[in-house]
Amino acid sequence: MKRFSGDISIVLGGAAGQGVQTVEALLVQVLKREGYHVFAIKEYMSRIRGGSNSTEIRVTNTRRSAYVRRIDLLLAMDKDVLPHLEHRITKDTIVLGEREKVCTVTKCPVVNIPFTQFANELGNPLYTSTVAVGVTLGMLGADSKVFEDYLREHFARKGEDVVAKNIEAAQKGYTFGKHIAYDAGLEVYIKRSATVKDELLLDGMEAVGLGTLASGCNYISSYPMSPGTGLLTFLATHAEKFKVVVDQAEDEIAAINQGLGAWYAGARAVVTTSGGGFALMTEGISLSGMIETPIVVHIGQRPGPATGLPTRTEQADLNLVLYAGHGEFPRAIFAPGTLEEAYLVMQQAFHIADAYQIPVFVLTDQYFIDAVTSVAASALQKRPIERHIVETKSDYQRYVLTKSGISPRGIPGYGEGLVGVDSDEHDEAAHITESATMRLAMHEKRLGKLQAITAGALMPTEIGDVAHADIVVVTWGSNYGVVEEALELVGREDMAALHFHQVYPLPEKAKKFLSKKKIVVMENNATGQFANLLKLEYGVAISENILKYDGDPFSVEEVVAKLKACV
Amino acid sequence: MIDKKLYDMPKETDMAWCPGCGNFPIVNIVKMALAELDIMPQNVVICSGIGQAAKTPHYLRVNYFNGLHGRALPPATAIKLANPELTVIAESGDGDTYGEGGNHFMHTIRRNPDITNIVHNNMVYGLTKGQASPTSEKGMQTPVQVGGVVMEPFNPLTTALSLGATFVARVFAGDIMQSKEIIKAAIQHKGYALVDVFQPCVVFNKQNTYQWFKQNTYYLDEAHDKADKLKAITLALETQSMPLGILYQETGRPSYETLVRTNTTPLYQQEVNQQVLKELIESHR
Repeated sequence: MKRFSGDISIVLGGAAGQGVQTVEALLVQVLKREGYHVFAIKEYMSRIRGGSNSTEIRVTNTRRSAYVRRIDLLLAMDKDVLPHLEHRITKDTIVLGEREKVCTVTKCPVVNIPFTQFANELGNPLYTSTVAVGVTLGMLGADSKVFEDYLREHFARKGEDVVAKNIEAAQKGYTFGKHIAYDAGLEVYIKRSATVKDELLLDGMEAVGLGTLASGCNYISSYPMSPGTGLLTFLATHAEKFKVVVDQAEDEIAAINQGLGAWYAGARAVVTTSGGGFALMTEGISLSGMIETPIVVHIGQRPGPATGLPTRTEQADLNLVLYAGHGEFPRAIFAPGTLEEAYLVMQQAFHIADAYQIPVFVLTDQYFIDAVTSVAASALQKRPIERHIVETKSDYQRYVLTKSGISPRGIPGYGEGLVGVDSDEHDEAAHITESATMRLAMHEKRLGKLQAITAGALMPTEIGDVAHADIVVVTWGSNYGVVEEALELVGREDMAALHFHQVYPLPEKAKKFLSKKKIVVMENNATGQFANLLKLEYGVAISENILKYDGDPFSVEEVVAKLKACV
Repeated sequence: MIDKKLYDMPKETDMAWCPGCGNFPIVNIVKMALAELDIMPQNVVICSGIGQAAKTPHYLRVNYFNGLHGRALPPATAIKLANPELTVIAESGDGDTYGEGGNHFMHTIRRNPDITNIVHNNMVYGLTKGQASPTSEKGMQTPVQVGGVVMEPFNPLTTALSLGATFVARVFAGDIMQSKEIIKAAIQHKGYALVDVFQPCVVFNKQNTYQWFKQNTYYLDEAHDKADKLKAITLALETQSMPLGILYQETGRPSYETLVRTNTTPLYQQEVNQQVLKELIESHR
């Protein structure tokens, strides 16, 4: 007998184009509608067809947002799945699939699901995905009616026949799933929550996208690059309703220079890319610093150097973003760890860029972008949009020297004045200068803005009782969920965690959390980039680095082991 | 017609151009053209890159975006998209536009935004002191190309025509009156307009002088059919005696901003539709 209580990990594996994503989307939607806490994360190869990809879906008693290495139920679509996931399969894993298609050796412990036979009965192999979802729901003992209602809605526009066939497929799968659960002595106890069914189901990119729209963004120019492309697609999808100007640039250099031109003329622009594309933009970042024209850049990180692992995850572009662009100028960097943070920091990024006329970065990664979970609509915080554009008078000067370092930003065509911006060092009227006095005044004015940006920096989130802990685990960006869960599982009273969603500049007030503590920094890279930044900014010593750089996100199991071992 | 003086900079403006530089008449031509078209300085944005020509916006009173080397066209496109009410001119040199910015040159033509691209083509690098530019003639000796230029010169006009440019012209900086009329037509053209300007560099290019340009160019006559693209390409390929004037103009093709945008409201006036946002969020339930 096998019993899963409160936490089950279901993995779907197959080649690209075999419907893994369809099954995932259906399953996650239906489980959420039934009131289950769900979390899904995919891993895939950089190819359009073939290869071997998988998706993990966790169904849990409480809200979880982290990847586990363990596989409880594995639904395999072809022969490559078992070898591909071999390192994650144990004797406790229940493997499901069509024996002939999945097994390469005779001694293959697969619970047979005759998908071909089902497809023949239903008259079309397209219904296999629905059967697979039915089997899984049957095994979990979920409510089949919710699934049928969903199928009715989902396929309504395809006609009665398609709806009926899908429901038939669902029922066949469901009944079959119940049988095999019974035969295997499988018992699954997962609590349903009364509130989850009304929550929003989002992946990280959608949260970033919604935050971008909420910030009043009305312009995007970008060049496609995984995993950053999603924001370009998201805004293009909603461009008509939100009147967003969408331009697919000829290269990243054009994208960043368009973004700056758009802001100069009064738009609120974003560009999205990944590390490699961002490397091409760095001269433009420096331009933003010099001409004091805002820009917001979203960077979906993936492992480098160079082309690296295009579809995998890493947090190794912090240094690139921190130091991008020649010369010295202020900037701000955000890195959300949850969906609600993504929604919020996107708005904060636009606000800071606009208010301080600087480049602002939002760092996500493949893991964060692709992870799906639910969030209450009320958790998405709306930040009011402030406008920082002034109507110019006839004697307007773009770079007038002020105490705060912020020169009121006019735009062309709004007012009687003329608005010039210049990449050379310039005077108050934006004309080229080589006066050392003016150079000092302008450079200090620009750099001086960092003080106010630091004063307004977002505080990190405390996980557990940081004040009373001896050991503080510090992390940033996409690791929020895994640290939160691992900390709970480890249950050490001497340990708490601090998660930063603003990684530069660091809030001065957060330094107090780290004084007289053993600091363990956990991040998805090989050299401890954030740990080094903490040393530099806070002058603290780091006791231990927990690092990972194989292209996968941290798993709960490995973080638990690392945290247990911390002394 | 507005007073051209509205475009004049104060007399004490410090000029970085050499006496006799071909850039001076070009600035004068642009000022005259804008004034005669009744366009107020407040409604004009000049985008430029880096180089001697790219300093142009510092020498007339307009809005300007003096950005990075080779990058005049991307901001120009974006500015026109963000506020279609503005008259947008991208003005830089041959090295900036055809060399460093070659990819933007190609793809801006394909987009066809309603902007005017004025390229000061002096066939040499001035600001970096005399190296070959993409349009330098073969054999021209420079401090870098010591044995003479070996690469084929870049032909901006045939390139633009082959990419579907809707307005392609060439003028000579030494002829203010005729150049002004052509630049006026370029500004009035609804779509991307390329004006390649033959411009002598009196310091670093001793072979393509005022005299040389006069001797090696001729004006297209009234009989030239501007709608004939094949003829335009043939004319653009001429290298012995080179034609001046509007080689090609295509009317009626929608400009990029009219295709990408559904209205002409400047984006700074646009508010977020909170109701639509709420509906989108709710749709994820």
